[in-house]
Amino acid sequence: MAEPLLSVRDLVVEFPTRRGTLRAIDRISFDIREGEVLGMVGESGAGKSITGNAIIGLIEPPGRIAGGEILLKGTRIDDLPPEKMRRIRGRRIGMVFQDPLTSLNPLYTVAEQIIETIRTHLGVSEREARERAVALLDRVGIPAARRRIDDYPHHFSGGMRQRVVIALALCAEPELVIADEPTTALDVSVQAQIIDVLKEICAERGAAVMLITHDMGVIAETADRVAVLYAGRMAEIGPVRDVVQDAEHPYTRGLMGSIPTLTHAHDRLTQIPGAMPRLDNIPQGCAFNPRCPEAFDRCRVERPDPIGRGGGRRVACWLYDRAGVKEAGNG
Amino acid sequence: MLAYILRRLLQSVVVMMVVALVSFSLFRFVGDPVSTMLGQEATVADREALRERLGLNDPFVVQFADFVTRAVQGDFGISYRLQQPVTDLILSRLPATLELAAISGIFAFVLGLGLGVYTALKRRGWLSNAIMTASLIGVSLPTFLIGVLLIWIFAVELQWLPSFGRGEVVDLGWWRTGLLTPSGRASLVLPAVTLGLYQMTLIMRLVRAEMLEVLRADYIKFARARGLSDRAVNFGHALKNTLVPVITITGLQLGSIIAFAIITETVFQWPGVGALFINSVQFVDVPVMAAYLVLIALVFVVINLIVDLLYYVVDPRLRADRGAAGH
Repeated sequence: MAEPLLSVRDLVVEFPTRRGTLRAIDRISFDIREGEVLGMVGESGAGKSITGNAIIGLIEPPGRIAGGEILLKGTRIDDLPPEKMRRIRGRRIGMVFQDPLTSLNPLYTVAEQIIETIRTHLGVSEREARERAVALLDRVGIPAARRRIDDYPHHFSGGMRQRVVIALALCAEPELVIADEPTTALDVSVQAQIIDVLKEICAERGAAVMLITHDMGVIAETADRVAVLYAGRMAEIGPVRDVVQDAEHPYTRGLMGSIPTLTHAHDRLTQIPGAMPRLDNIPQGCAFNPRCPEAFDRCRVERPDPIGRGGGRRVACWLYDRAGVKEAGNG
Repeated sequence: MLAYILRRLLQSVVVMMVVALVSFSLFRFVGDPVSTMLGQEATVADREALRERLGLNDPFVVQFADFVTRAVQGDFGISYRLQQPVTDLILSRLPATLELAAISGIFAFVLGLGLGVYTALKRRGWLSNAIMTASLIGVSLPTFLIGVLLIWIFAVELQWLPSFGRGEVVDLGWWRTGLLTPSGRASLVLPAVTLGLYQMTLIMRLVRAEMLEVLRADYIKFARARGLSDRAVNFGHALKNTLVPVITITGLQLGSIIAFAIITETVFQWPGVGALFINSVQFVDVPVMAAYLVLIALVFVVINLIVDLLYYVVDPRLRADRGAAGH
């Protein structure tokens, strides 16, 4: 297989607090291949956004990357000096944030913000940057882009602003776009449009997407592969079709069971009992074991690492450890 | 926009009328100017004659109407004490006060902004902590004490700067300035620092607080995520947003600088309107006191108006040039 675009290896992110150090991300590993869409799901606090921020080197102090490495096309980027990392942000890795209403600086026109970004990274003239900005706004679906480009952010609606944000994330032609809950703050009616625009425009430019969301439906329709995070750890990762239709980790199965569908009649949506543990109170062994319907002794003692299951799937669950204690214990 | 300005102007007129009424009626109770002017030996007839001449026997409403009508024409009557037209008195003293206020305003704004930005960006640095601690002194020490301390250190002990007066002034016909002579400029330093120190620390703390707030904003994070340089993020994006609330406070502070100049002018014997006012209080010189209050009110009203218009320049969201959010 070709070298992945982005490779995250055993990433650990810690936040020192007065009551000890919290591990927000605990040894997460995954790859993003060129041009693919990787979905990242999990509950609030599972570490999705922090993973995204870690990749672009913008973890809020005092939080820090305490272990592991992040490689962009084989080159480590997690230990770069700030100035070199800055040149990667926007230029090679673009970012789309959750709330388009607050992502744009209210005191600058859309044109000023896009042109500034283009000219920071690409050595083009003001006029050339402006032409590119107009073309890009047109492409993300801003009607009458040439006329609207000199408007201020408050002249645009939420959906339109998120299109502007997408244009901003893509204007320096990055190879990877990290979209952190890009539709959460929007009306349901425009969510699908925004996802479509993001997916199409990235496909055109060959940019890979890391799509962070808690909406399994969006992932199922958009992503090529999906990674499921739980309490700062990777529960399961694999091709989206396999994971959605045949989830292997009990947590993923619980997640899938909680999605309403039109094709099956449900009396009630299933729900996972309990709540995700707080970061200062993660249980020994598998983080999911207190809520897991299939937990057994080993789960309460020993932490499972992701186990390769073939077809590009990996699951962090002792149920699938053939050579493990389960058989030994039973046998 | 024009309607907005007209509306604001109308409001300003109302405010000025209220201030005129308050200052006019207030000074009817501060003491009897007649006895101060004529002294103990004057006869009752003399007093009555003077009362009549000053119009003090007319009904209150008539006196007030008279006061406003003449004030609008720039006539605040004759000073009881100095027997000169009040307007001339104030105009001759105004340059001194305005120069002092302008210099200390610039000192307060430039230094306050610079230190505020610095302490916000280097939040954990030892120098920031030192500046923040020192700023507590500026906030909590009363102006006259600061003035006296500065005089003691720089005028008495070190003998670097003069301790009182305006130094040599140059008469430009309608404006007597101290800015053109070395002694005039040297004389300005201590009063300007004294007057501006409180405002400076206030602006600095405000800028710091606002800047820290703005630096946490999503659009700053997004600006960083787009790889903009620290300089562009901090000064292009964060500082401009910080300035919106800072402008209001700074503008109002400029008014306070002129008003608070009373104390500084007294400490440094600065020949400005503040000193004129203090002297007038001692002699119950009602026309001067009333004119001074009206003048200060006018300064505040005008500054407020300018600040509101500046908002329009800085913050595009207030410009109603196109429909608000929508499309």
